[in-house]
Amino acid sequence: MTSGHFIDRLQTGLWRENPGLVQLLGLCPLLAVTSTFINGFGLGVATLGVLTCSSVLVSATRRWILAEIRVPIYVLIIASLVTCTELIFKAWFPALDRSLGIFIPLIVTNCAIVARAELFASRNGVAASFFDGLGMGTGFALLLMAIGLFRELIGKGSLFADFHLLFGGEALAGLVIVDGGWLLAVLPPGAFFSLALAVALKNYLDGKRGAARRT
Amino acid sequence: MTPGVAKRGTTLAAIAAICATLVAATYQLTAARIAANEQAWLENSLKPALGDVDYEGSITAAKLVLEPPHGLPGNDVAIIYRAYSGGVPVAALFAVTARGGYAGPIRILVGIEADGAITGVRILEHRETPGLGDGIEESRSDWVHQFYGRSLGDPPVTGWNLEADGGDFDQLTGATVTPRAVIKAIRETLIYFDTNREEIFDMPATAESL
Repeated sequence: MTSGHFIDRLQTGLWRENPGLVQLLGLCPLLAVTSTFINGFGLGVATLGVLTCSSVLVSATRRWILAEIRVPIYVLIIASLVTCTELIFKAWFPALDRSLGIFIPLIVTNCAIVARAELFASRNGVAASFFDGLGMGTGFALLLMAIGLFRELIGKGSLFADFHLLFGGEALAGLVIVDGGWLLAVLPPGAFFSLALAVALKNYLDGKRGAARRT
Repeated sequence: MTPGVAKRGTTLAAIAAICATLVAATYQLTAARIAANEQAWLENSLKPALGDVDYEGSITAAKLVLEPPHGLPGNDVAIIYRAYSGGVPVAALFAVTARGGYAGPIRILVGIEADGAITGVRILEHRETPGLGDGIEESRSDWVHQFYGRSLGDPPVTGWNLEADGGDFDQLTGATVTPRAVIKAIRETLIYFDTNREEIFDMPATAESL
């Protein structure tokens, strides 16, 4: 494959088939943790790491994995990677681990990951799978961050609060734009509204681009 | 046996072994750091409830783990941490569960000085509504500060209620259920401390570290 193909893979994950916006996969963690930017960022990066590694490993072992046993092997690979990620978070980012709670181990159940293993990595080379995992993971992580940013701004009136969870040091309030906010945005319904707005925005932009191409 | 089953089984076993090795190696690499983090987190989360009490050594070392029924609030494990200075008990910390909150159990920490005055109250864990019930968190409002220095005689037992229920303590704006559950747990802890004061400080620790 040429480098053009790799860029194409990245674009597919980031935009055209974004796991959250288009495939609507992995919605449980997406909706649950995105109450602040830093939570979205933490889970997004963890998912990105697991997805990229699992795509590479599944692709590298695809010759030995026979069709009948492929699913248990995906589960083994993904579960091991997630367990390692969880241990690493507990060791180096304990505060963020506490804030994300159960959603780090629950990356195992993120169907976006097993979907990429089944649909792409098991049928393509290691390099292509790497870029596929990277693209899909980044697309998912960016969406988590965008929704986190939006909900935090509307719901709490702040931006980038609690950075110390990830980077240590003093507790920071972040950029306070307005004091207080519209509480609904950080409550669960706000997650659904935010995701709906994001999907609608993507469809609108795609529609505009399609219309421009036709004329 | 179908041909190929053995081969598939071997592949699966080999990959399982590789994965297990990977996890074990990561565990070895991180175990010490994780234990240190847990210990530090625990000490740090306990300290604020002790106020300005001076004590010697680590508070987590002299720990009592009480299985229900124990007479303290909540029907799950209650933990008592004890602080000593020169062998004399100075304060006790109670990690207990308040029932009756809006969304499940609320884990609270009540620090009581040897003479019965509260050194601090902190919320360890809760799932109350953000913006309303979460005002019990010290980082969100100073609601928990009103208990500092109070004891079972100040106010008397009947005063250990919300103002709305005829007691002495403020509620939170927009939330009554959550503070009511917390106050009830504090009151029961104070009563327990009052009746069991000597046993609490004399019992041998049930666990050395965490």
